[in-house]
Amino acid sequence: MAENATVWEVFIQSKNGLAHKHAGNVHADDKIMALENARELYTRRNEGSCIWVVKSEHITSSESEDSEAFFDPSNDKMYRHPTFYTMPEGSKHI
Amino acid sequence: MNETKFQERIDAEKKIEPKDWMPDAYRKHLIRQISQHAHSEIIGMQPEGNWITRAPSLRAKMILLAKVQDEAGHGLYLYSACETLGISREELVKQLHDGKAKYSSIFNYPTLSWADMGAIGWLVDGAAIVNQVSLQRTSYGPYSRGMVKICKEESFHQRQGYEIMAEMAKGTPEQKAMAQDALNRFWWPSIMMFGPQDSDSPRTGNAMKWKIKRQTNDALRQDFIDKTVGQAEVIGLTIPDPDLKWNEERGSYDFGEMDWDEFWNVVNGNGPCNKQRLAHHKKAHDEGEWVRNAAKAYAKKQELVAN
Repeated sequence: MAENATVWEVFIQSKNGLAHKHAGNVHADDKIMALENARELYTRRNEGSCIWVVKSEHITSSESEDSEAFFDPSNDKMYRHPTFYTMPEGSKHI
Repeated sequence: MNETKFQERIDAEKKIEPKDWMPDAYRKHLIRQISQHAHSEIIGMQPEGNWITRAPSLRAKMILLAKVQDEAGHGLYLYSACETLGISREELVKQLHDGKAKYSSIFNYPTLSWADMGAIGWLVDGAAIVNQVSLQRTSYGPYSRGMVKICKEESFHQRQGYEIMAEMAKGTPEQKAMAQDALNRFWWPSIMMFGPQDSDSPRTGNAMKWKIKRQTNDALRQDFIDKTVGQAEVIGLTIPDPDLKWNEERGSYDFGEMDWDEFWNVVNGNGPCNKQRLAHHKKAHDEGEWVRNAAKAYAKKQELVAN
């Protein structure tokens, strides 16, 4: 029996100008087939204006179990948010 | 993470993702349920595919083609979700062919007339929607996301089926009789799609505790019946159940005894079309092998050329 085909992750841009968003994955042996399969599977109702496919094995993910430690460096930097700052009484929005 | 912590996450309505720790039994239950769901979508293409070449108009044919293509898509969403649990697509298909994995029994009934396309869309997809809407809140992330996608597309299926039934019910006496006959044959198998009664469903306990299922078989069945009875009345068809009666106190319909002997007989392979459905799937799979091999060889060749 043939081995499993390669898995590709599919990202769809719903409208020109917007970011590509992960939609799911497809099986395919090469990139053209991956694009065509993604079109048939994820854009049957005009959901897309552009599709990216990338082999799943090329994606590196952070570990959700380590997410606390991994994202810790941003916890104590409230000064990165505009709400950290006090505006003088009566000043207009900048 | 241990089982207590896992249960705490479930109780807090947090989704479980593929890389998260999960009890073995949770993983096994999901693989069984999601693969059965995926196989049902794929095998479910056959009874409807039977009528594509004989659809009564070009409009009906285009709609039926689109619907069957959707079923293929839904099967693929579900295989994808199932694969995140560490089982390959090849293995899933093998389990189907070996009879280790099941699919919904409803697809082992033949589609004898065009009205059956109406009954399947209205009742079978209607029952599937009730089940799938509930499963959007399942605890396993990939399954839940698949359900959201499927529910968005599925309501067209039910509407097209109901439209066929409504058209035939107001057609000639012969057409109305065909619609009623389709309802008579599909009603009981449709309400048995929700599975055994809660008192006879040994796996429901864990599935509810782990929030894989969010409502029991009986609750979903009642919901479906309550929604559907009125739809039959509107188009002038009669649900084939003499015991069907509105129960003011419960705010629901009471209904008659289901024939579980027939249900188990069909589940265990003795329905009218079990052998045909599986044989057809195997044949298509075997005959497609050279295409899969050719695609693989072509991809390899292109890689060699590129390097």
